[in-house]
Amino acid sequence: MSFTLSEHESKQLLRGAGIEIPDERLVESADAAVRAAEELGFPVALKLCGRKIAHKTERGLVRLGLSDATAVRAAAQSLLGARRSDDGDARVLVCRMVSGRREVIAGLVRDPQFGPCVMLGLGGIFAEAVGDVAFAVAPLAPGDAEDLIDSLQYKKVLGPFRGEPAVNRKALAAVLESLGRIGAERADVRSIDINPLIIAGDRPVVIDALVELEGSGA
Amino acid sequence: MKEIVEKFRPLFYPRGVVVTGVSQHPGKFGTVAYHNLIACGYQGELFPINREGVESFGRATYKSIAEIPKGRADLVFLCTPAAVNEELLRECAKTGVRAAFVASAGYGEAEDGAEMEKRLVALGRELGIAIAGPNGQGLISTSVSMCAQIVAPYPPPGPISVVSQSGNLASSFMSYGSLTGVGMSKAISCGNSAMLQLSDYLEYYGEDPDTAVSLAYLEGVGDGRRFAEVARAHTAKKPLVVVRGGVTSAGKRAASSHTGALASDDRIFSGVCRQMGITRTETIEEAYEAAAAFATQPLPRGPRTLIFTVAGGWGVLTSDACVNAGLELIPLPEDLKAKIDTMVPARWSRNNPIDLAGGETRDTIPEVLELMAAHPDVDAIVYLGIGIQASQAQMFRRGPFWPDHGLERIGTFHESQDRRYALAAAEASTKHGKPILIASDLAYTGASYANTGPAGVRESGRVTSPSGHRAIRTLARMVAYSRFRARVRSNEH
Repeated sequence: MSFTLSEHESKQLLRGAGIEIPDERLVESADAAVRAAEELGFPVALKLCGRKIAHKTERGLVRLGLSDATAVRAAAQSLLGARRSDDGDARVLVCRMVSGRREVIAGLVRDPQFGPCVMLGLGGIFAEAVGDVAFAVAPLAPGDAEDLIDSLQYKKVLGPFRGEPAVNRKALAAVLESLGRIGAERADVRSIDINPLIIAGDRPVVIDALVELEGSGA
Repeated sequence: MKEIVEKFRPLFYPRGVVVTGVSQHPGKFGTVAYHNLIACGYQGELFPINREGVESFGRATYKSIAEIPKGRADLVFLCTPAAVNEELLRECAKTGVRAAFVASAGYGEAEDGAEMEKRLVALGRELGIAIAGPNGQGLISTSVSMCAQIVAPYPPPGPISVVSQSGNLASSFMSYGSLTGVGMSKAISCGNSAMLQLSDYLEYYGEDPDTAVSLAYLEGVGDGRRFAEVARAHTAKKPLVVVRGGVTSAGKRAASSHTGALASDDRIFSGVCRQMGITRTETIEEAYEAAAAFATQPLPRGPRTLIFTVAGGWGVLTSDACVNAGLELIPLPEDLKAKIDTMVPARWSRNNPIDLAGGETRDTIPEVLELMAAHPDVDAIVYLGIGIQASQAQMFRRGPFWPDHGLERIGTFHESQDRRYALAAAEASTKHGKPILIASDLAYTGASYANTGPAGVRESGRVTSPSGHRAIRTLARMVAYSRFRARVRSNEH
């Protein structure tokens, strides 16, 4: 039996494991959302956030590029109004907008034979079609994370590419190594899905994350 | 001596072997195994068991294990019905046997055999007998000339050791070992792996001083974490080549997370191979070729490759393969170009691939091979087209004019030249510590045909790849493993 942490809880777990997470605010009202946006700085993104909310994009529960208080207030009201009775505790997550043209997916899976494995894949809209994904058994030994990055078929995208700088490999490797440590040290973590991990300039930034834990979540 | 080496000594280096179920019937597994042990010249003592004590192949048998002098047999080869094996094992333990290869079927693979298999393992633990199998075809160990198998292949001694979850594929690898002459140290078919698992054998091969390269066929890895650990320790010291069959989907895990949706068993296995420095191939031919290259060639220090060809088309195709495999087809170094310019007429390629365009004389090819291997900008060489002239010599021999009209003189010259080229390639390769892979379609026929090109490669202890493409794939695998070893070394410091 397993349950999924909310996006905010998931990111906090990752932050606890040493993965850099951009500052964000979880709020319960439109007023609080506006205050949070002013603190973080515009533009911001708003998402409805709760343990039972899994398919945010499909349900239209993500609002991007909100550049002033009016837009934030309207978006927050609309998201709060879209809550359904089966959504449980759902609040609004306010995040600073991060932009980057490249996305990767990073995660952790538990293979029935090999146990915890770190996963890295190319992200974006063609991710599933392209299926450029590679795995390594956790925890990662020195050099394993870099090797994982180099094993992507389209690793070229992570080099200097169309005017974008090469990805900071150390920073990306650090994310992968942290995922590996979680896999090795926390038997209760069944899976992690960081999707997307946007490459902003040369830095990988966690935009959305879902952590699945053993248990009922009660 | 490491503990694991001691543990496997009774299995692979027994002082004596007990064979059960030996009879006068040459179709019975016990009789076949007994025959094969004798035929291959097993160096230890043999103790054939026949309940009635009838002779087999004119030799006396033992009516019971109790008659065997104590402490003379380390291994028992069981091919008797599962029902009697427990009693036989108890008797074996009393006489000092410490390992058993159970060829008998009727265990875990049979409908009602699971319980029997559990008891077999428990009994092995109780008696201190290491159990290989059951339901396997046997094992070989060439250091003691032991062919304890119910099938025939028995390669000459060599540096490769095989473990296989399929008996047939163990046989295939052994056949390649014979065909190429590279030979084998050990081979075992795991059978049901009731007690000893694939990972146990690999752990042992990793420490076994007689094994330079391990070659495994597997379908499942059992405990994956242990397999990964064993592989990591193995590849830090010597190459491990793996073919996996029965690749399955992992729909079950797809469920809630996107990561799961993208994951599949085989991708994870591929990741493990890459991470642990395992050389994985799709086919057994390529697996054997990679293992043989690892066992007989120096590891390349990098990807900088020269192609040396006696004809254009091979060079063109192999250049494409070289680039596609991620190897570096380097521009021909200027000093090398200048030297070759002084040796052959100007029509030679003056580029990589090096094609002398027939401009060579008696000593040119050995000299060019030496120059290429000695060059500091070169990590590896692929040599294409050995044996062409020797092939023509064979045509002369078959034709109506041999040995007249000068045919014998030129034919034997060409034959000796092709042999000499093969030996010169191996010599330059060994001297400079760089691989020189030789490719020729004549590899397929070299053994029976006795073409002196491929025959010379075999004489040098090496293997001829059947095409430039295959040689390049093998070289790319060597470069990948060399990189892995460098990575392991740099992380140790």
